Amino acid sequence: MIRSELIQKIADENPHLYQRDVERIVNTIFEEIIEAMARGDRVELRGFGAFSVKQRDARTGRNPRTGDSVMVEEKHVPFFKTGKLLRDRLNGK
Amino acid sequence: MSEKTLTRMDLSESVFREVGLSRNESAQLVESVLTHISDALAAGESVKISSFGTFSVRDKAARVGRNPKTGEEVPILPRRVLTFRPSHLMKDRVAVGNKR
Repeated sequence: MIRSELIQKIADENPHLYQRDVERIVNTIFEEIIEAMARGDRVELRGFGAFSVKQRDARTGRNPRTGDSVMVEEKHVPFFKTGKLLRDRLNGK
Repeated sequence: MSEKTLTRMDLSESVFREVGLSRNESAQLVESVLTHISDALAAGESVKISSFGTFSVRDKAARVGRNPKTGEEVPILPRRVLTFRPSHLMKDRVAVGNKR
């Protein structure tokens, strides 16, 4: 399923809404999650999962082609942990 | 890092502000988005949201695990797990936003 198919499903269930409003609703949800993580916040959606930010410490890396050492700066990466309910559903429970 | 935790309520609030719907209906729409994503994943489909990320379902084979406390061997049955791969846009925005 892709974004447009998700929007279509929601639009089909809500015939009283304009398609463009459904698009705005769906986009707002994803945008809000990204903005929260960009601020360093977590987004916890019980039963579905939680989006959080993990810190990767600075390290000395190597250029795999030349073998040269390079400093890799500390960075923050997005992380998703599946919720219990969804994990159980994937396994037919 | 501010380390606040947002919930469904915060997402509904954003939808409420963005579109002129009632708070109740905004909350229902947030729930409905999560339900559709979960349904697709439970059916084994992957869900690809451009400029956000991809949720995909992977099959894990059975293996012998160990209780780290007792050292006892326990069989781990084959199971399905969900992985989320963030889009480049999400990775960039999270990296830039959290830079000190």
